[in-house]
Amino acid sequence: MISASDYEFFSRFLKQRSGLLLTDDKHYLLESRLMPLLRKFDLADFSKLAAVLKDGSSAIISSAVVEAMTTNETLFFRDKAPFEDFTRTMLPTLHAARPAGQKLRIWCAAASSGQEPYSLAILLLENPGLIGRRDVEIIGTDLSNEVLERARAGRYNQFEVQRGMGVQMLMKYFTKVGDLWEVKEPVRKMVQYRKFNLLESFASLGTFDIVFCRNVLIYFDAPTKADILARIARALTPDGFLVLGAAETVIGVGDAFKPLPQHRCTYVPNVTPAVRPAPVGMKI
Amino acid sequence: MKTCLVVDDSGLVRKIARRILERLGFLVEEAADGQIALDCCAKAMPDVILLDWEMPNVSGIECLRRLRATEAGKAPKVIFCTSLNDMEHIAAALEAGADEYIMKPFDDDILHEKLEAVGLAEKDLL
Repeated sequence: MISASDYEFFSRFLKQRSGLLLTDDKHYLLESRLMPLLRKFDLADFSKLAAVLKDGSSAIISSAVVEAMTTNETLFFRDKAPFEDFTRTMLPTLHAARPAGQKLRIWCAAASSGQEPYSLAILLLENPGLIGRRDVEIIGTDLSNEVLERARAGRYNQFEVQRGMGVQMLMKYFTKVGDLWEVKEPVRKMVQYRKFNLLESFASLGTFDIVFCRNVLIYFDAPTKADILARIARALTPDGFLVLGAAETVIGVGDAFKPLPQHRCTYVPNVTPAVRPAPVGMKI
Repeated sequence: MKTCLVVDDSGLVRKIARRILERLGFLVEEAADGQIALDCCAKAMPDVILLDWEMPNVSGIECLRRLRATEAGKAPKVIFCTSLNDMEHIAAALEAGADEYIMKPFDDDILHEKLEAVGLAEKDLL
């Protein structure tokens, strides 16, 4: 069991290191995620783990705690709707608006183990007519080194590849290596991965046309959410798109974005209509 | 009501599949091998068949080939559900006319998604 004082310490530590907001009802989550670290680092209990973090004696353990708490389940084509928006609205709109030869840049801001960026890459390969010969750069970032290693390896177990993806797509874009399914090279080479903390400046990342930032803002408090959204808006082209998780919204969290009508997970920068042409098939 | 024929020589697998399918609103029939499945189909063709591969008498792949060779047998969706999960078996199943493929073990979510994929369960967009 984690004592009240240790829980309070872990909460402060995680908020400071990753911006993760641990509300008072997350004891089970904290214990279940950190228990493997006690075994891994041979620590007797949670108090000992807290003590290591307090004295700052191990950067590896500190980093492992942040990683354990910020790793989330991701599926190929998770939630479906954003991926339908991607091919039906975002790509046609941006392709029509950009001069020939200008590449599109996509940022998966919580890429986790890679399912989301690879899903986007697969859709681009499946729909070559949507953007013609235009280059696309997909950047996947995450706070966790461990999941980024998995993402780069592009290997998944049979449970992970069966959810959200049909068998035809599996056979076309994956190959079986031992017990795992590996993303084929043409898909893998479309995605670059970088370790990145959303609390840091986005300046090094450049400007994007589409940002997927799904199921990560829910872990931040309201001011941090508003700050991240404002900075995403500055990193996004005025006619770009932001995609949030199905349980997330921009309503009441700053004014950087507004919902794209009839698209539940898709948002656009809150700029004047003169700057932003209507997306394909839409009046905004 | 949509109908599903569960074909598996394991009574436990048939029981698990039945529980999931009934919750999804299917009327479930069971068959313990490929020959019994073909006999069931001759009487009443189901909307979807959940088909194991390795079974006594007539195997799943042979059952599928014989089914697809008939005009009426082209209609039902066929989802293989087997522990044979290498690319060669999957390719052979698709070539024989399978619509989807589940690698055992499976759970509610996987079966639901595969039924969605063949158009027999409601799409859950969010």
